[in-house]
Amino acid sequence: MTTTDPSVDASTAGSSTPFVKSVVELDRVVIRLAGDSGDGMQLTGNRFTSETASFGNDLSTLPNFPAEIRAPTGTLPGVSSFQLHFADHDIMTPGDAPDVLVAMNPAALRSNLSDLPGGGLLIVDADEFTPRNLAKVGYATNPLEDDSLQGWQLVSVPLTTLTLEALADSGLGKKEAERSKNMFTLGLLSWMYHRPTEGTVRFLERQFRRKPEIAAANIAAFRAGYNYGETTEAFAVSYEIKPAPMAPGRYRNISGNQALALGLVAAGQRSGLPVFLGAYPITPASDILHELSRHKAFGVRTFQAEDEIAGIASAIGASFGGALGVTTTSGPGVSLKSEALGLAVMTELPLVVVDVQRGGPSTGLPTKTEQSDLLQAMFGRNGEAPLPVVAPRSPADCFDAALEAARIALTYRTPVMLLSDGYLANGAEPWQIPDTEDLPDLRVEFASEPNATTPDGTPEFQPYLRDPETLARPWAIPGTSGMQHRIGGLEKADKTGNISYDPANHDLMTRLRQAKVDGIAASIGPTDVDDPAGPDGETASVAVIGWGSTYGPIGAACRRIRRSGRPVAQIHLRHLNPFPADLGEVLRRYDRVICPEMNLGQLSMLLRAKYLVDVQSHTQVRGLPFRAAELAAVVQDVIDSTSGAPIAADPTGGAE
Amino acid sequence: MTTVELGMPAEGPIADAIARSLETQGEKQNQLKAKDLKTDQEVRWCPGCGDYVILNAVQSFLPSLGIAREDMVIVSGIGCSSRFPYYMNTYGMHSIHGRAPAIATGLAASRPDLSVWVVTGDGDALSIGGNHLIHTLRRNVNLKILLFNNRIYGLTKGQYSPTSEVGKVTKSTPMGSLDHPFNPVSLALGADATFVGRAMDSDRKGLTEVLRQAAEHQGTALVEIYQNCNIFNDGAFDLLKDPTTGVQWSIPLVHGQPLVFGPDGASCVVRDEFGGLRIAETNQVDANEIVVHDATREDPSYAFALSRLASQDLRYTPMGVFRSVQKPTYDKMMADQVEEARTSSPADLGALLAGSDTWTVSA
Repeated sequence: MTTTDPSVDASTAGSSTPFVKSVVELDRVVIRLAGDSGDGMQLTGNRFTSETASFGNDLSTLPNFPAEIRAPTGTLPGVSSFQLHFADHDIMTPGDAPDVLVAMNPAALRSNLSDLPGGGLLIVDADEFTPRNLAKVGYATNPLEDDSLQGWQLVSVPLTTLTLEALADSGLGKKEAERSKNMFTLGLLSWMYHRPTEGTVRFLERQFRRKPEIAAANIAAFRAGYNYGETTEAFAVSYEIKPAPMAPGRYRNISGNQALALGLVAAGQRSGLPVFLGAYPITPASDILHELSRHKAFGVRTFQAEDEIAGIASAIGASFGGALGVTTTSGPGVSLKSEALGLAVMTELPLVVVDVQRGGPSTGLPTKTEQSDLLQAMFGRNGEAPLPVVAPRSPADCFDAALEAARIALTYRTPVMLLSDGYLANGAEPWQIPDTEDLPDLRVEFASEPNATTPDGTPEFQPYLRDPETLARPWAIPGTSGMQHRIGGLEKADKTGNISYDPANHDLMTRLRQAKVDGIAASIGPTDVDDPAGPDGETASVAVIGWGSTYGPIGAACRRIRRSGRPVAQIHLRHLNPFPADLGEVLRRYDRVICPEMNLGQLSMLLRAKYLVDVQSHTQVRGLPFRAAELAAVVQDVIDSTSGAPIAADPTGGAE
Repeated sequence: MTTVELGMPAEGPIADAIARSLETQGEKQNQLKAKDLKTDQEVRWCPGCGDYVILNAVQSFLPSLGIAREDMVIVSGIGCSSRFPYYMNTYGMHSIHGRAPAIATGLAASRPDLSVWVVTGDGDALSIGGNHLIHTLRRNVNLKILLFNNRIYGLTKGQYSPTSEVGKVTKSTPMGSLDHPFNPVSLALGADATFVGRAMDSDRKGLTEVLRQAAEHQGTALVEIYQNCNIFNDGAFDLLKDPTTGVQWSIPLVHGQPLVFGPDGASCVVRDEFGGLRIAETNQVDANEIVVHDATREDPSYAFALSRLASQDLRYTPMGVFRSVQKPTYDKMMADQVEEARTSSPADLGALLAGSDTWTVSA
């Protein structure tokens, strides 16, 4: 390989020998990029995702990175990875295991190799396999040379050297030039999978518009990588994954945190209310604060508070003043907000509380995903303090879930817990951009005149006189003449809202607050059940129920089961409190109900307690989403034990 | 006769609701009397509590601001003083312990058309809510904080507070308290508060004057009000209230006036050799050595030095306005950023949702 001139594009690049390469068509592929935290794996992954999205494949991503910003270079704790699953059909997960692993150094190889199935394609940066780097992660000999990688298709490429050669004339120093090796790698992968490249070039120009020499170097490295793929004999095959059939419309790629933030902006626009976010930075929720702070033109005010408590308290204050108050956090932050949540329950003000769940307890696993805050969301307050809980099921669904949380908060005058998680927050998928006119109408009517009369006939405003249908109390905001009233954390007298220590009143108010939240079920529609009949019309006797981000893996597992010839039902819950009104009846339709969760069985506990149904819990708390194949095996076991003889087909293999 | 400038409510449902209410209620009523601010709720402080005096003073004083009662909001935390909103016919929230400044910040930052007041106590503001207090002060949100300092926990029946003097014998400290107290004025000045004042509950005239200046201040104002708890800490401020000792130990702060005090003006405040202040006998120093009070000094060090003249037992306590300086307010700057963003790129939800990279799947 000769030095590639950065100015030469793919069509004219080439070495001396003409070399015919074959193109293989695939229906899906899972690629994992792994490298040091400083290698830019997340950026590379995001760019490859954007190229893939604009090509029209369906996709799902799984970024996985350490909590440390930069662990020591070349060490195992410093490894950061990005997995992308893309296909010519609709897919539900980022893939159980990679087909292709790109390892930028020995640490990345060591910590990821066990996930790469035998025969998988393994691309490594040979330059990084120095004695020093090998020793750092405990390799006694160089695995690239000792035959230990014989079980995989190893392609050892001197990525660093090639990048430096490509940038020899760029005027950049060695260290700076080396940093473009992620773009070289991206170029190589772009060639391998026939990805469109214009978007990345435009992105690099935009990203480094104040440093044109850096932009030029990255673009040159990117093109050099592409050309290398085309010309080198190391890669004989490239792959084509046709666009996936999708509903007609305009699409974009979107992450969960982005979608959630845009959902909140949309809720402000559709309600006409100013959005006020009070938040304290916390992983993995901070990106929502970042995103919302960019949308002041929409009347969004973002307040970076001194702590989690001030975050929610300021949002409550803003809600009292007529804003859509929002606070965003992760599990430990919810703990700190508990008392203020109780105040919002008592004062019956609209509030959206976003919990992007992460591994717990305490500081736990800040960058890893988990679903272990469900019971905290349900019950983590003193007293009887019910509040609605809503959970998105995929990154793009965070948009709709945010609108739904806002709808409930504004209609019922209540704090609403929106339970996202680390996987949804950072994962991405294509999103059909909705028409703004089709978004729900969230307009509210502030109270502006008295709603009652005193015994002597004088009109008066009663702040706790409820709407008979929703049981919501009127929302009268400061500045409205004649409606002055006082609210607070002390128990309120029914209707008047005055302080009351009366035993009967407290009993009534406790039940009214519960009834108000229970009554939300009337507005949320029936349970979402996916239960297609089997090939010969058989009906499922086993159902798998889930909530939140397990929707994808559970759905993929059910597809595998169904492909093997057995029916199985998937039940998904978007509303965790209240549950859909028909849920008990739905659960009783099945002989067995399995509930996979990334906690130790929190939803199954709620279901068993409420419906007396023998829900079978299947749990894992590894900080990572379920693997579809593993779930399929669990479900298959249950089906086999329920319906007699196991069937021959193995549901654990194959595509989604 | 409005002496305090309030902003306009944001266009949209908020402004619409206000306009609708005025259609039925008539024009904004800016000419209030004290009785207009009273509610039908029975006041439930202990008989003889200093809070009554403060409530009366506030109700008498607020009408002079020319603000309609629906444009006033009083937010409080937990403690005896925090019952205050229930007795004021304005909007109000009796919230949770220590969080009133944070709640008021969210309200004031999103509604510049309101006059927002926080009523808090020494435990509420300085112990459980200390963090919110200092951050609110440094941000300079347009709200007024009235800190009722009785140097004791009253509502929980008499434990020592963060302003109690060392050695305080209470139910929780039978051998005397160990912790050194906060001086609330020093703390506020340390947080670079733009307005800091101190007044005595029983001194109607002095209290009203400090409240007036606080109300007219654009930004966060902290007013420490010494308040007698006649049940658990009776007589805590008698040294300053007694006609004889009060003159001796109080230093009245009047902007532009020399700091001379005591019987016959026998004492005065002069600079010490380390850049601080000290007490001197007036007849022992040159007239030009006596410090002339300047509440508008940009650097808070002078006001801080003033606050340090007082000892724990209240000897040499400055009363009045320590500092009053103009700085941009947080709510105004926040509103300006919203306006600037709107001007530079008008809100287009469709364009926002689409972002910059889209593709189309045709039928």
